[in-house]
Amino acid sequence: MTAVSDPQSVAALAAEAVDNRVNLDFETEGMTLNMGPQHPATHGTLRIIARLDGEQVISAEPMCGYMHRGYEKLTEVRTYPQINALINRIDWLGSFANEVPFILAAEKLMGVEAPPRAQWIRTILFEMSRIANISLFLGDFGLQLGGMTAGFYAFRDREWVLNQIESATGGRFHPNFDRIGGLKDDLPKGWIESSHTAMDKLLAFCDELEDLLVGNEIFQARTRGIGVIPAEIALSYGLSGANLRASGVDWDLRRDNCPPGLVYDKADWKVWTHPDGDCFARTWVRLQETREAAKIVKQLLDTIPSGPVMAKVPRIIKVPEGEAYVATENPLGEMGYYVVSKGDLVPFRVKIRSASFNNISIVPWVARGAYVPDLISILGSLYFILGDIDR
Amino acid sequence: MTLLLASFAPPYWLSTLIKVLVVSAVVPTTALILGMVFLFKIMSWMQSRLGPQEAGPRGTLQLLADGVKFLQKEDIAPNGADRWVFKVAPLVVLMSTLLLYVALPASMHLVVANLDVGVFFVLAISSLSVIGVLMAGWASASKYSLMGALRAAGQLIAYELPMVLAVIGVVIQAGTMSLNGIVLAQNNGAIFGWGGIGFPYILTQFLGFFIFIAAVQAELTQPPFDMPVAESEIVSGYQVEYTGFRFLIFFLAEFATAFAFAAIAAVMFLGGWAVPWLPTSSDWYYVLGPIVLFAKVMIVAFIIFWVRFTYPRFREDQLQSLAWKVLIPLALVNIVVTAVLKVVL
Repeated sequence: MTAVSDPQSVAALAAEAVDNRVNLDFETEGMTLNMGPQHPATHGTLRIIARLDGEQVISAEPMCGYMHRGYEKLTEVRTYPQINALINRIDWLGSFANEVPFILAAEKLMGVEAPPRAQWIRTILFEMSRIANISLFLGDFGLQLGGMTAGFYAFRDREWVLNQIESATGGRFHPNFDRIGGLKDDLPKGWIESSHTAMDKLLAFCDELEDLLVGNEIFQARTRGIGVIPAEIALSYGLSGANLRASGVDWDLRRDNCPPGLVYDKADWKVWTHPDGDCFARTWVRLQETREAAKIVKQLLDTIPSGPVMAKVPRIIKVPEGEAYVATENPLGEMGYYVVSKGDLVPFRVKIRSASFNNISIVPWVARGAYVPDLISILGSLYFILGDIDR
Repeated sequence: MTLLLASFAPPYWLSTLIKVLVVSAVVPTTALILGMVFLFKIMSWMQSRLGPQEAGPRGTLQLLADGVKFLQKEDIAPNGADRWVFKVAPLVVLMSTLLLYVALPASMHLVVANLDVGVFFVLAISSLSVIGVLMAGWASASKYSLMGALRAAGQLIAYELPMVLAVIGVVIQAGTMSLNGIVLAQNNGAIFGWGGIGFPYILTQFLGFFIFIAAVQAELTQPPFDMPVAESEIVSGYQVEYTGFRFLIFFLAEFATAFAFAAIAAVMFLGGWAVPWLPTSSDWYYVLGPIVLFAKVMIVAFIIFWVRFTYPRFREDQLQSLAWKVLIPLALVNIVVTAVLKVVL
């Protein structure tokens, strides 16, 4: 482990002292606190084994796998349309975003391209699921720091996006709307206007939350300078998404390596970064990202081309032999599917690269020397979804 | 009616019985009212949601239904618990709350014990509850409970001093430590010779009022100072192992204490049970006093709960630095200024 600053080298020394079970200064015995698998701060069943000295965390180790559902194995016995319904459940807050990279990988192998209208709608729904995911983070982070009201506001205004997703796809949480070669259906009547309204409401929600939570002095005292991740450490742990951008790395798959089939280049938007790398930076970057997503949606809504939403694909989908890896910038970070096909109805092997698994791998590094309340700030701001960790 | 009350002079045993009954009836009632009005209704209004709707007219009996539910639950003590201490701890917390009500004046004579050192008594009694909290935390044999209890004990040191110092300004200005004396001093006072609304001390002791409310917030373990019961960190802290009616007692004590402290703030800063245009010697206060005090309590409680529902939580060390570096120096400045002005004016 690299010690980059004085507090961190002190923390590394303290971690060594754990082996001797004594505190360096006071020679007190440490305590092991087992947070989870049932703990309010872990959004489900993440377990954190923390060695404590009083309130100070000497070492924290995340244990995952309590919700392992064996998706990678299941994909080997499911046809491609069935897999599409399955992988909706990986990141359950922004489900549609899970489907897209898999469908794009299958399309790449089959050599099919979705018609322009389908690409536009795909991108819009992708960004809507990003909003549905991150707006809940913004409220939930407030909830974890003790500010209850932000959580309820987030649930209230997230409904606007969920309603749009529901009216377009039929599913609030698990749309299962993407198909190889296009989309299941066209948009319903009046959807574009109502989406504009919903995005305006979301932008207003972002302003409200900035007033209520992000600008709050107590919130800033709890997040600024807490859980600092320098850029090189973030890169070496494979962080992605807002966690990486909050450390000052200007990297976004939507802009830098956008796979064909998504039309981010047709909208005018900005990738936000923050130099600090602390919990506040991560929250702030996500807040800006929600705004940018709403702007992308609004721009794309105005330029949707007409035409079919489905390309010509065979009724029974057999993917030709080959390998493809497609990754997109999902709400939680880089999500990619490495699909290996032997020309069957089912893939031979699918490797799912989900963002949260890598994002929480940095917890032992960043939690050393923090206090227990800071551990909550760090976990909350790293933002993971259990389904995305365990799959 | 008022004359009847004024001339009512029962024997000692009867008056004691009445006082015991009144306190033991008032404490749960006030807790219910605060819980119902603020925790359910005002909170859901602030968070733009409906809140309870079904139990009773517009959901007003929801808390009663919840209380009955708690009474039905099994009384569980963990295996490793120190059983006796574990079971007594909630009662210690409740006792401290009950004793707070003893000194609260609802009018000149509607008070259980009109103590000459009422201010001193309530401040001393209120910190007793932390003993119960420590007992609960230690006896639960849970690491979360222990951390919560130790946080509560650390918090006591942080908020108790500013609270006492904030009150001293009022005591200096009133020249008495009796709560009724403070009410009389406020309502018979005059602002530059004009006695239209008496002289509520919030006009001069606004700094003390602010510090007192901040300290009350910490005493009640409410956000932004709810570290001892932080759900997202230590899973409700010292309450984590309690079920059924013992948990209910903690809940009751929390809200009844909130009411008591709001009442103390109303008495010391807002003029207590009296209204400006009615002389404090009027017999009408036998009926009017409790109503006026209740209205003022609701105003103070609204501030307390407004803050509770809005702010995130401090960290324990941030509370310490806030208390020692901001609140205590401010309170000392307040005392010095008050004392100088008292002598000069």
